[in-house]
Amino acid sequence: MTPFDYHAPKTLRSAMRLVQEFGDDAKVLAGGHSLIPSMKLRLAAPSVVIDLGGVAGLKRVTAGNETITIGALATHYAVESHRLLPSKCSLLPETAAEIGDAQVRNRGTVGGSIAHADPAADWPATMLALDAQIDIAGPDGERAVAASDFFVDLFITDLQPGEVLTGIRIATPPENSGGAYVKMRQSASGFALAGVAAHVTLDDAGNCASVAVGVTGVAPAAYRADAVEDALVGQGIDAVADAAAHATDGVEEFQEDHHASGDYRAHLARVFAQRALSQAIERAA
Amino acid sequence: MPVSKSVGARIKRREDPRLIQGLAHYVDDIKLPNLLHVAILRSPYAHARINGINTDAAQNLSGVKSVVTGDDVKDVIGGIPCAATDPEGFPGIKVPHHPVLATGKVRFVGEPIAAVAATDAYIAQDALDLIEVDYEPLDAINSADAAFADGAPVIHEDWDDNMAFTWSIAGGDVDAAFAEADQVVSQRIDHQRLVPNPMETRGVVAQYLPGKDQLNLWSSTQIPHLLRTQISVMLSMAENHVRVIAPEVGGGFGCKLNVYAEEALLGHMAKYLGQPVKWIEGRRENFLHTIHGRDQTGDVELAVKNDGTILGLKYTVSADVGAYYQLLTPAIPTLTGLMLCGSYTFKNVEMNLKAAFTNKMATDAYRGAGRPEATYLIERMIDVVAHDLDLDPLEVRRKNFIGKDAFPYETGTAVAYDSGDYTAALDKALKIADYEALREQQAELREEGRYLGIGFSTYVEICGMGPSAAMPAGGWESSTVRVDPTGKVTVLTGVSPHGQGQETTFAQLIADGLGVDIDDIRIIHGDTDTVQYGIGTFGSRATAVGGTAMVHAMGKVKDKVVDIAAHLLESNPQDIVIEDNKYCVRGAPESGLTLGEIAMVAHVGVELPEGTEPGLAESHFFEPPNFTYPFGTHIAVVEVDADTGEVEIQRYIAVDDCGNIINPLIVEGQVHGGIAQGVGQALYEEAIYDESGQMITGSFMDYALPKAHNFPRFELANTVTPSPVNPMGVKGVGEAGTIGSTPAIANAVIDALKPFGVRHIDLPLRPEKLWKLMQET
Ligand SMILES: Cc1cc2nc3c(=O)[nH]c(=O)nc-3n(C[C@H](O)[C@H](O)[C@H](O)COP(=O)(O)OP(=O)(O)OC[C@H]3O[C@@H](n4cnc5c(N)ncnc54)[C@H](O)[C@@H]3O)c2cc1C
Repeated sequence: MTPFDYHAPKTLRSAMRLVQEFGDDAKVLAGGHSLIPSMKLRLAAPSVVIDLGGVAGLKRVTAGNETITIGALATHYAVESHRLLPSKCSLLPETAAEIGDAQVRNRGTVGGSIAHADPAADWPATMLALDAQIDIAGPDGERAVAASDFFVDLFITDLQPGEVLTGIRIATPPENSGGAYVKMRQSASGFALAGVAAHVTLDDAGNCASVAVGVTGVAPAAYRADAVEDALVGQGIDAVADAAAHATDGVEEFQEDHHASGDYRAHLARVFAQRALSQAIERAA
Repeated sequence: MPVSKSVGARIKRREDPRLIQGLAHYVDDIKLPNLLHVAILRSPYAHARINGINTDAAQNLSGVKSVVTGDDVKDVIGGIPCAATDPEGFPGIKVPHHPVLATGKVRFVGEPIAAVAATDAYIAQDALDLIEVDYEPLDAINSADAAFADGAPVIHEDWDDNMAFTWSIAGGDVDAAFAEADQVVSQRIDHQRLVPNPMETRGVVAQYLPGKDQLNLWSSTQIPHLLRTQISVMLSMAENHVRVIAPEVGGGFGCKLNVYAEEALLGHMAKYLGQPVKWIEGRRENFLHTIHGRDQTGDVELAVKNDGTILGLKYTVSADVGAYYQLLTPAIPTLTGLMLCGSYTFKNVEMNLKAAFTNKMATDAYRGAGRPEATYLIERMIDVVAHDLDLDPLEVRRKNFIGKDAFPYETGTAVAYDSGDYTAALDKALKIADYEALREQQAELREEGRYLGIGFSTYVEICGMGPSAAMPAGGWESSTVRVDPTGKVTVLTGVSPHGQGQETTFAQLIADGLGVDIDDIRIIHGDTDTVQYGIGTFGSRATAVGGTAMVHAMGKVKDKVVDIAAHLLESNPQDIVIEDNKYCVRGAPESGLTLGEIAMVAHVGVELPEGTEPGLAESHFFEPPNFTYPFGTHIAVVEVDADTGEVEIQRYIAVDDCGNIINPLIVEGQVHGGIAQGVGQALYEEAIYDESGQMITGSFMDYALPKAHNFPRFELANTVTPSPVNPMGVKGVGEAGTIGSTPAIANAVIDALKPFGVRHIDLPLRPEKLWKLMQET
């Protein structure tokens, strides 16, 4: 075993100091559900592990009238079981409930999942569909980046060396909006073979004033399905089927393995875009 | 069997509190002073020559005590045994030497090459990275077809091809049946390779006591006694100086009915190093180097009349048995042969098997062991016949069923079904399902473009293994029943339960039989120094064979207790009855004696009847006259999503007949788990090796086991047709669920896709496969 030093800072400040001090030798630890398996398989061998689990304030989930905030260390279950989220933004608990099993949801964190950027993780789709802002602390202070600029490639995000993801902010959706997440589980791991999150806001006529669709599992990184959105804005539920057909427009490389071909994943993305959008519109109405 | 106080009652498993509370002792819980930890270097190549191994750096790592290679042990540890290599049964069989550590050549990914013993498990693991092996990779073979292809690389170079063995069975007059047939219905059917995946992986602790020249070997095994015999042979030790202990064993499903390299290797290392050693198998190791199940592909032909009457069956099949044999490898497909006729009357049957060596792990017994192949094949083919002749699959089944008056019934493969009433189980299942309504619902939904499917499996299987004459290493079982002076009862059984619940069911039988509280009974198993020789737990045999041995031993004890009671009560043995757990003279319960009071007399030894020996313990060895043949009907109702191909199991109805039932709760538990495992084969599981012989489904991230959320609430019922083979009338239920469920699900999914002209699909029925078929039409 590669020995490593373990640090458990109590404040974000001291966590940041440790991150700067150890640089590339260090890995931050959140729920450990991705990092520890890779250490056990000797795919990752950090010499320093900085456990964010005890950092004050990073676990909080709040659902205000203006803003929803999810601390980086909030578990999937904390989102799934939050008292106010079902009425404020049901897409969040709905996504959380689709992740892994109860044990995974009790340990795994939203921030860890987003920072890890597994191409088949569920949160990225939903964060894209909700136009989430990702809050990041770094050596030169804090910055925020839009979800649509955050997921770059297979396991690659906009996070730079020395930076830590601190939380997620989402504008609380207005009254006449709704969301849905539809996924097929890879039958072994439970991750998404394909997953589509849709969020819509309707105008007074019941047409889509805004549409956002996030797709995971299909391409090397989760992406916004812009073509679907363009085709549906200003239209009603009758236009969903045609719009959803664009769910993989512009995707150049599809994920492919013995669980599913790229063609099938692409097909699922289109089917699930239709299902998620239809449900989202029904919920918004 | 009369249902009395305990027998037949839904008693909760007595073993569960310790399991649930984490108080059970598995191999990994065994801690000994000076324990060394062993890690095994395994081949990363499917097929390669080993031109050299350099262990210097590993030897020099601080904390490493020893590194052993194949050259170090080849003269001191014998080959891994196979008990089924008789050339009379398997004409032309090639039996390659199977070393515990490879020398010269590796033949599958995961094959052990070297072992490191170190002061902790991490150091042992680190040392593996320091061993340098000079490999010369060779082309790999990943299927039977590839093994038989012209110019295929030869895996065992003592011979010039990869044909491992052949096997055939024939009954009746197959040629006449095919000549008489209106049609021949054919289909190629694949039984994919599966990984047994017990919750507890394998593990071994070995300790050598030089003063006694004794080897203590703890292993997570289903067969402690057979293992002891084999280990003593492999290590050239006297068998009575080897003690094997199967502590708590966290599931086996057949994969621990075996003798593995690590068991002998650790035994050797403990002796040679003079320190105890422990090896706990990792999950990835388990995927690669614990036996696999199934992996047969063959062509089935059925000779049929236009009315659906089946006249005969031919099965021409290849088995991919992997690179070496494990304990029973060649015997497994022979069980397929025995059960080819299923629940049906045709007697003209022929199976011709060719088995291939490939660069994969050996196949061997996995839950059902050969019978799931037979049942899937015949139950699937019944539906194909119905499809081709445009008949109702139920009509085809009923037309060909063996009638309930025909038992005992000799099949075309010369096995004698003990008892059965196949129609009763089918009718009961249909009633629960409300079959007519289901078909109506199916028709309505099809109009809406939704695809409901209803699938049947009217299976029969072979259990209670078995008469010794039909088994590779003895099929009898043993038991000793002892009553202590205070009346506590201890049972020593030769079976080795690892999840089947015999600590409960055996105690239920004793409680009623001897008139004693269930809490006063202890069932001891799995320690060869404590328990008389026995065969072990597999093939749904523990209750039918081991339970019978115990009931006979108990009968002898009871006779003696009754004699003593009669003497003490100044009565005749015929007049002694048990009432309220007291032995009393019929009609005079107030003067009764408890088992404890009588046992004390037996041990004090002064008030015994003339000629009666003191003490109170009896043994019995039971040889079963036949196998038992449980049966039943499973009905699956599924919906296939037309847009995605995803299968949802909406209902699952199982009516099983396992003869008399000792504990319905335990029977249900066995059926639940069995169904889930069979559904795993139908929908999810598949061990895939790529062309280079790498296993690409070697972890739970890639090998899909069924999960609780995949299932609806099972609707279970039973019919009860006692077996005449044993006095309890029990048959066995450990494998029925697995055997019954795979074809029920497959038939249901294929029924759902009938509007798309689908006739057969190979397993597993993954969504993409189904979606593609729906696209093609
Ligand atoms: C059996 C199993 C099933 C699963 N099923 C699913 C599923 O169905 N869907 C799904 O989406 N996921 C699934 N997961 C993944 C799970 O959601 C994890 O929670 C997630 O991948 C990582 O979160 P974590 O908190 O465990 O992160 P960790 O494992 O602790 O960290 C993961 C990586 O992110 C980095 N990191 C963590 N937090 C931060 C931070 N705040 N700032 C910067 N870097 C950070 C770490 O250094 C590490 O490199 C599954 C995991 C398991 C083990």
